[in-house]
Amino acid sequence: MRGWTIREISLALRQGHISPSELCQRCLSLIRKTKILNAYITVTEEQAVKQAEDAEKRLQRGYVPPFNATVVQRLLDQGAILMGKTNLDEFAMGCGSTDGIFGPVRNPWGYSKQYREQLAEDCAVDDSDWVVAGGSSGGSAVAVASMSCFASLGSDTGGSTRNPAAHCGIVGFKGSYGLLSRHGLIPLVNSMDVPGILTRCVDDVSTVFGLLAGHDPKDSTTVQDPFKPFELPDEIDVRNLCVGIPKEYHAPGLSCETLEIWTKGVNLFEDGGARVVEVSLPHTQYSNVCYHVLCTTEVSSNMARFDGLEYGHRSNVESSTEALYAATRHEGFNDVVRGRILAGNYFLLKENYDDYFVKAQKVRRLIANDFLKVFESGVDVLLTPTTLSDASSYMEFIKEDNRTRSAQEDIFTQGANLAGLPAIAVPAILSRRGLPLSLQFIGRAFHDKQLLTVAKWFEQQMKFPLLQLQTPLNNCSELLKSQSSHARF
Amino acid sequence: MMALCLSVRCVKALENRTWRCLTAFRRSRQSDAGRQDGRWERVVGLEVHAQLCSKSKLFSGSQVQFLAPPNSLVSFLDASLPGTLPVLNKHCVEGAVKTALAVNCTINKRSTFDRKHYFYADLPVGYQITQHRCPIAVSGNLAYNLCVGKRHVIPKFVRIKQIQLEQDSGKSFHDDVRTQTLIDLNRSGIGLIEIVMEPDMCCGNEAEAAVRELQLILRTLGTSHGNMSEGQLRVDANISVHRPGEPYGVRTEVKNINSARFLARAIDYEIQRQIEILENGGKILNETRAFDYKSGQTIFMRDKERKQDYRFMPEPNLPPLIIYDNETLPSNVNPHQVVNIDYIREQLPELPNVKRRRLVEKYGILVEHSFTLMNEDGLVQFFESVVEQTQASPKKVIGWVINDFVALLKQNNLRVNQSPIRPTDMSEILNLLENGCITSFSAKQVLTELWKNKGKTATQVVELKELGLIKDQKKLEQMCQCVIEDHPEEVSEIQKGNWKVINKLIGQVQKASRGRTSPTLVEATLEKKLFQRCNHRNED
Repeated sequence: MRGWTIREISLALRQGHISPSELCQRCLSLIRKTKILNAYITVTEEQAVKQAEDAEKRLQRGYVPPFNATVVQRLLDQGAILMGKTNLDEFAMGCGSTDGIFGPVRNPWGYSKQYREQLAEDCAVDDSDWVVAGGSSGGSAVAVASMSCFASLGSDTGGSTRNPAAHCGIVGFKGSYGLLSRHGLIPLVNSMDVPGILTRCVDDVSTVFGLLAGHDPKDSTTVQDPFKPFELPDEIDVRNLCVGIPKEYHAPGLSCETLEIWTKGVNLFEDGGARVVEVSLPHTQYSNVCYHVLCTTEVSSNMARFDGLEYGHRSNVESSTEALYAATRHEGFNDVVRGRILAGNYFLLKENYDDYFVKAQKVRRLIANDFLKVFESGVDVLLTPTTLSDASSYMEFIKEDNRTRSAQEDIFTQGANLAGLPAIAVPAILSRRGLPLSLQFIGRAFHDKQLLTVAKWFEQQMKFPLLQLQTPLNNCSELLKSQSSHARF
Repeated sequence: MMALCLSVRCVKALENRTWRCLTAFRRSRQSDAGRQDGRWERVVGLEVHAQLCSKSKLFSGSQVQFLAPPNSLVSFLDASLPGTLPVLNKHCVEGAVKTALAVNCTINKRSTFDRKHYFYADLPVGYQITQHRCPIAVSGNLAYNLCVGKRHVIPKFVRIKQIQLEQDSGKSFHDDVRTQTLIDLNRSGIGLIEIVMEPDMCCGNEAEAAVRELQLILRTLGTSHGNMSEGQLRVDANISVHRPGEPYGVRTEVKNINSARFLARAIDYEIQRQIEILENGGKILNETRAFDYKSGQTIFMRDKERKQDYRFMPEPNLPPLIIYDNETLPSNVNPHQVVNIDYIREQLPELPNVKRRRLVEKYGILVEHSFTLMNEDGLVQFFESVVEQTQASPKKVIGWVINDFVALLKQNNLRVNQSPIRPTDMSEILNLLENGCITSFSAKQVLTELWKNKGKTATQVVELKELGLIKDQKKLEQMCQCVIEDHPEEVSEIQKGNWKVINKLIGQVQKASRGRTSPTLVEATLEKKLFQRCNHRNED
C-alpha cells in the first residue's frame, strides 16, 4: 500500500476495490503500529472515521431507495435477515458484473482449491487475472456461492440470474413472467424482467419462491390467480417425463466440455426412463437481434427518468435545463448504458418504429410460438446448456465489448425471457479447469413446480462438488495489488 | 374564500354571455360584409383536456387536491423513483367512460396505453402515459346550441374523433430574476381525458358554445369540475382558412387559453390574422401560438415544423384496459372490480340538452329560459321544487326564479345552494300571492325580508311586517276617502270626464297602504266614492 500514488488509490476507491472506511481503518491501524516512530502529535481518529463515512455516502451517488421492493418486503415479512445489497453491472446491463460503478465482481471459484490446483499445472498463479463471476447479478451469485448468505435476489432480463449462477456453481431460477412482483425492481426491459432467485440448491429455490410468488396489487402485470406455495418431493420419478433437446442450441462457440455435460444430461434422463426427443425452435437464430432491439428501446425509455432533478447524480452545468440534462446523463451513465439509450431512441423514431420495434415484436411472438408448439407437442421441459462454456478470466473477458459478450452469454437464456417461461440453471460438474458448468431447464409457463421438480432430480444425480476456498478472500492488499495491473488498461 | 371567487366568476360569465351573443352577432355580420362574403372557409378544431374528478391520481395513490402546498401530494411514482409501477385508477376509467357515453362515443372494449417521450422539468419520468394507438373511446358527437341575438338559438353539433386517458404533468414556475425554474409535482399524474374534436366548427362563437356545453356535461356527470381558469379544462384550438373548393390550409395551434370567452376571441383573431396574411400574398406557417388576453392577440410560441419526435412506445407495465358490458361480463369476476358500460349507462344523469327540452315541454317556458336555468348550478332543481309546491303556473314561477331570485343571488355573490331562501319559501310566497293574500309588490318585499331573516316563514314575515292585503272594506274606504279629499284637482278632472286620472288616485292609495291593496278593489272603491260624491253634489 505504501507504494501507491494518490491517483491510483483514488481509482481503487472509485471502482470499489476498497471503501473509504476500509482505507481509513488501515491507515489508522498503521499509525497505531508505527507509534514508535512518533510522527503524529495528535491522531484525529474520530474526525477521520467520520470523514471516511461521509465519503462513502458520496460514493453511493446519493440515492437510497425510500421503499422496499415487494419481493424484499415479503422476505422481511417472513423474518428473513437482510445481509446487504449486492453488486452488479450498471443498471443490470452486462453479463460479467464487470461494468458497475462499484467495480467488478470476482468469482470465488477463481480462489478455489479446485481451480488453483489445475492452474498451477499450466502456469504460475497470477493474481491480476481473476475469474469473472458472470452477470449481471454477479454479486448476488457470489454472495451465495461464497456461503456468506443462504439466498439472494437478482434480476433476470436475458439470463442475468442464471448466467452468474452457472459461473458460480449455484442454482439460479427465473420464474414464469407474472408470478413475481417487479415492484421495486429497477427496470431494464419491463416485459422481460423477472426477479431471480439464487440459492445453493433447488429445494431452497422452491422455499424462497413460495414466499415471494403471487399477485401484487402494485404490479399490474402479476397474475391474479392465487398462488399456492409448494414443496418438492424427495423421491422423484422421471419415467413419465418428456425432455426436449432444442437442436438450434448447438450454437457456434459451444465448448466441448459443455456439449459433453449436455450429452451426459441427456443420457441421465434416458437412463432414468424419461423420453428424450430432439425438438426445433427455428426462430432462435433471430433471438439476439430481436432481444437487442426490444432491450434498447425499453432501456432508452426507462432511463429517461434519470435526469438528475429528482434524485441521484446531478451535474454542475447549469446554463440551461437541457444542458443540465445532457451533462448529468453523460456523467452519470457508462458507455454501455449510453450506447443502449442511443440505439433505443433510434429504433423508436417515427420513421424507424415499424422497421425495428414492430418487427422485433413480431419476431418475439414467433420465438414464443416456437416454445408453445414444442410444449403442445407433449414436451414437458427443455434441457439446454446455460452458457457456452465455463467462466472466463477477466483478461479474456474484456477482449470483447459488452455488447458482443452479452450476445454470446445470453444466447441460451434469453429465449425464456422473450417467451415469459420459467427457467432454471443447475450446476452440473466442474470443467477441466476446475470451474462450474451448468445446464438449464426451461418449462411451460406457470408450470414452475414441474420445472423445479425436474431440476431437483437432476441435481440429485449430479452431486455437484462443494466450493473449497484456498486463498483467504479478505486479503485486501492482494486485491489491491491485482488491481494495479488492470488499472493500467 | 374560494367559493366566493367562483361565484363571482360565474355571475360575470353569465352577464358577459348575453352581451357577447349580441355583440358577436353584430360583429360577425359587419365583418361578413367587410370581407366579401364566402371568399374564405374557416376551419376550427379543438383538443380539450379535462382533469378527471377523483380522490387519487390516475396511476398512483396520492391525493388529488387543488391549492395544496407545493409537492405535498407526490407519491414515489409521481416523483419517478426507479422501480415504481403504474396501477390504473378504476374511478378515472369510469369517469372517461361516463363522459364518452354522454357524447355518444363508441367505447373500445380493449384499449391500450403508450409512452410519449419528451424531456421537460415538470415531467420527471421523461414520458407521459397516454393512449396513442388505441384510445378508450372513439367517434362520438357533441350537440350544442349557438345563441344568435337574444331570442335565436341554432342547434349545432361537432363530431368527436376520440377520447383518451392520460396523465397530467407537474407545474413549472420560472423565476426570471434568479433564473431558476421551480417544480411543483402535485399535479403530476392526475388523470386527464383528452377529447379530440373534428374540425367541424368555423368561428370563435361556435367553439365557445361547444366548450361551454361540454363544460356543462362534465359538471352534470361529475367527471370534471371543468374550470378553465383553474386549469381543470384546457383547450387548444387548431385553426386554418382556405378558399371554397380548395383543400384545407396550413393550420396553427393556439394554446394557453384560460377562459371560454378568450377562446372565442383567440380563434376569431387568428382567423382574421390568417386571412390578412393570405390576402396580402403571405404564407401561413405550421406553428404553435399563445393567446395574450391583454392585447387580444395570438403570439408566436414555437415552430412546429421542427416537430419533436415523441418516440411513442407501448407502456409495458400496464396490461390492455378491458371494459365489459352485460354480454361480455365474465361470471367469475367481482362486478365491483371491473368497469361495465351498461351499468354506467344506466346510472347516467339527465344530460343538459335533454333536460332543457324537458323543461320547455313540461313547463311551457321559453327556450332561452331553459338556458338560464341550466347555466346556474342547482337552479333547475330549485325551479322544479318551487313549481311542485305552488299553485302558481310554471310560467309565473320562472319569472320569479330567473329574475328576482337570481338577482338576489348576484347581489350577494352566492350560489343557489348557498341561498338563504329555500324552494319552500319561494313557493309559500307565490301561494300567498296566488291566493290574494298579498300583492305582487308585497311578495317582492317578503322575498327580500326572508333573505335577511333566515328561519322565518313567509306567512310570519307577512304578519310581522304587516304586508298582508287590506281586505277590511271600512279601512279601505277610509283610505280612499283620505286620498280623494287630499287631491281635489284630480277629482275635479275626473268629474270633468277624464277617467284616466283615476289611476293616479289608485297609485296614491297603493302608496298610502305600502302596496298592500288590490288595485281592482281600490279602483272599485274609489269609483263608488267618487260616484257618491258626485251624487251628493248633485243633490246639493
